Amino acid sequence: MKALDILTTAIGNSFRSRLRTTLTVIAIFIGAFTLTITNGLGAGINDYINTQVASIGAPDVMTVTKPVKATTATDGPAKYDPATASRVTSGRPGASTLELTDTDIAVIGAIKGITAVDKSVSVRPDYIEWQSAGKYVMSLGQFGSGIKIDLAAGKQFTAGTTALEVIIPTTYVATMGFANNAAAVGQTVAIGITDALTTQTSIDATIVGVQNTTLLGSNATVNSALKNALYAAQSVGLPASSTTQYASVVAHFDGTATKAQIATIKKDLVTASYEGTTVADQIGTFQTVIDGIILVLNAFAVIALLAAGFGIINTLLMSVQERTREIGLMKAMGMSAGRIFGLFSAEAVFIGFLGSAIGSGIAIAVGTIVSRVLARTLLSNLPGLHILSFTIASVGTVFLLVMGIAFVASVLPASRAARQSPIDSLRYE
Amino acid sequence: MTSVVLSTHNLTKHYGSGSTRFDALKGITLDIRDGESLAIVGKSGSGKSTLMHILALLDQPSGGELMVDGTDAATLKGKKLNLLRNRTFGFVFQQFFLTPNASVLDNVMLPLKIARIGSRERKRRAMAALTQLDLVDKAKNKAVNLSGGQKQRVVIARALVNNPRIIFADEPTGNLDSATGAVVEDILFALNKEQGITLVVVTHDDELAARCDRRLYLHDGLVVDAVDGPTSKKKTVHA
Repeated sequence: MKALDILTTAIGNSFRSRLRTTLTVIAIFIGAFTLTITNGLGAGINDYINTQVASIGAPDVMTVTKPVKATTATDGPAKYDPATASRVTSGRPGASTLELTDTDIAVIGAIKGITAVDKSVSVRPDYIEWQSAGKYVMSLGQFGSGIKIDLAAGKQFTAGTTALEVIIPTTYVATMGFANNAAAVGQTVAIGITDALTTQTSIDATIVGVQNTTLLGSNATVNSALKNALYAAQSVGLPASSTTQYASVVAHFDGTATKAQIATIKKDLVTASYEGTTVADQIGTFQTVIDGIILVLNAFAVIALLAAGFGIINTLLMSVQERTREIGLMKAMGMSAGRIFGLFSAEAVFIGFLGSAIGSGIAIAVGTIVSRVLARTLLSNLPGLHILSFTIASVGTVFLLVMGIAFVASVLPASRAARQSPIDSLRYE
Repeated sequence: MTSVVLSTHNLTKHYGSGSTRFDALKGITLDIRDGESLAIVGKSGSGKSTLMHILALLDQPSGGELMVDGTDAATLKGKKLNLLRNRTFGFVFQQFFLTPNASVLDNVMLPLKIARIGSRERKRRAMAALTQLDLVDKAKNKAVNLSGGQKQRVVIARALVNNPRIIFADEPTGNLDSATGAVVEDILFALNKEQGITLVVVTHDDELAARCDRRLYLHDGLVVDAVDGPTSKKKTVHA
C-alpha cells in the first residue's frame, strides 16, 4: 500500500465504528481544549507583561543597591561597626540594603560595561494641580528617565531638555479636570513639594503626554530636569550628609547589550558586593510566577491527554480484535507487517488529529470571545491585556503533542496487529 | 511439457510437542503443474487445509521442502515473500472474508491497493474483473448486502484482479446452495481453462473434486490415493 492509501484507508476505518471513534475523540478533545486554553492564558499574560516591560522599562539601565551580608536567623546580631553605612530597608520583606555613597558610585562607574551612574533620588511631591481645579495627591513612578512610555496621547519626553516635563497616567485626566487625554497635553500644571523646613513650594511643569495604565499601578513620570528641580526644592534645609547618601543608584549601559553582556555586568557588580536589577528582572518575577502556574495547569491538561491515550489503546485493541480476519487476509495478499502497523497507527494519529483540531478550534473560538468580553468588562482597567492569546506555534505544539501521544498509544495494538500470522487470523472465529 | 509451479518433498507439519503433539501432515510429496486443476480431497482433520496453507505460503512446514518456481520457500522472507504472495496467489475462501461495510469495488481493489497500484488503474482493473463476473451493477453496493452467490463471485473477482498464477479455493461452494455452487464452479473452471490459471481446490465434495484434472486423497496427513483425469462429465447448470 502506498502511504496515501494507508492514510485514506485508516481514515475510512476510523469512521467504521462511529460511536467508538466519537467517544475517543471526545476524550482527546477535553485534553486538547484544556491545553490550548492554558497555553493561550500563558501566552496572553506573558504578551502583556512583555509589552509592559517594553513600555515602562528602560532597557539600558539597572538599579544598583548594596545588600547587607546575609546572616542566618540563628546567628544573632552582627557586631556594630561605626564605619558601616546606615541601613535602609527596601525591596523584599526582611531584605535591607546599605546606603550608597559617592565612593560607591565611583566603584560602580568603573565596572566594565557601565557607561554612566546616576544618583537615584527619591522625590515626594505633595500634589499636582491644574488651573485651580483642585489639588490631587501625586505619586511618582519607580522608574526614572530615559524610558519609552506606552502613551495614550502626546509624545515622549524631549531628549536632553532643561524644560520641566511631566507625563500623567490616564486615570489623572478626568480627576484633574481635563476634558480628555488630548486636552491635557501641553497644559501647565503646578506641582507642590515640601522641604525639610516644612515650607511648601510649587514648581510649574508641562504635560507632554498621557500614559496608559500599567501593571505597576498608575503613577506620573517626570523627566530628569523636573526631578532634579523637585529634589533641590525638597532638600532645602537638610544636612549635606543626608543628601550624599542614596538607597540606590541607576547605572546606565549600552542599550544594545545582549543578555549575556548584562549578565556579566551583574556578575561584576556582585563581585564588588553590589546588586544590579534591570526592569526586566523586576517584571520577569511576574513572568516566572505566571509560567509556574501555567506549567501546573498544562500538567493537568497533559494528564487528561494521557487518560485519553489509554482510550485510544482500548479503541484500537477492539478494532484489531474485530478486524482480525481482515488483517489476516491483507497479510495473505502480501501486505507487510510494517504497513499493517502503519495502518493502525495512522488511524490513531488521525483520531488524535480530529480531537486536537476540534479541541483547539473550539478553544480558540471560546477563548477569543471570552478574552474580548473580559477585556471590555472585568479587565477594562488593564488596557492591552488580552487574557487569552493563541499563536500558531502554541496551537501547533498542542497538535504535535496530541498526535504524538496518539502514536505512542497505537504502538501496542498496532504491533499486535502486525505480528498476527495470516493463518491464525483467517482461522479466527 | 508443462513446468512445475509448486512442488513439495516429504512435507511435514506438527502442532504442539511431547504428549500433546499432533501431526497434521506426515510427509507429503507432490508436484503441481502450471495450468492444471488439482483437488485436495479429504475429511475434516485429514490435513487438507493445512497443506493448502503451506502451499500458499501462509504457514510454514515443520519439515520437508517446498519449492515455488524452483525457489526454496524457506529462503523467501520479508519483501520477497510479500511480493510473491501478492503477485502469484489468489484466494477463494468458504467464509468469503469480505469487508462487510466496504463497497464491492473497494473489496475487489484491496490486492491492487496492497500492490501499490495507482487509483485510476486500480479502478479500471477492478471494474474489468467485476465485468467478467457480471457484477458491474453491484460495484457500489456494500458487500454485506449481497447474496451468498454474489459474495463468492466478488471473492473470485478479488482473487482474479491481480492476474495470479494460482488460485487457491478452500471449500469454495461450502456455503452455497447447489445451483449457486455450480455457477461458482463453472466460473473457476472457466478461469482455469481459458486463462490458464492453476487451480488448487480443497474440498470434501466428491462432485467438485471430480471436475478437476487430478485429485489427491488425504487421510490422517498422508496421501492415500491419487487419481488423474476428470471422472465425471460437466454437471448441468441450474442457474
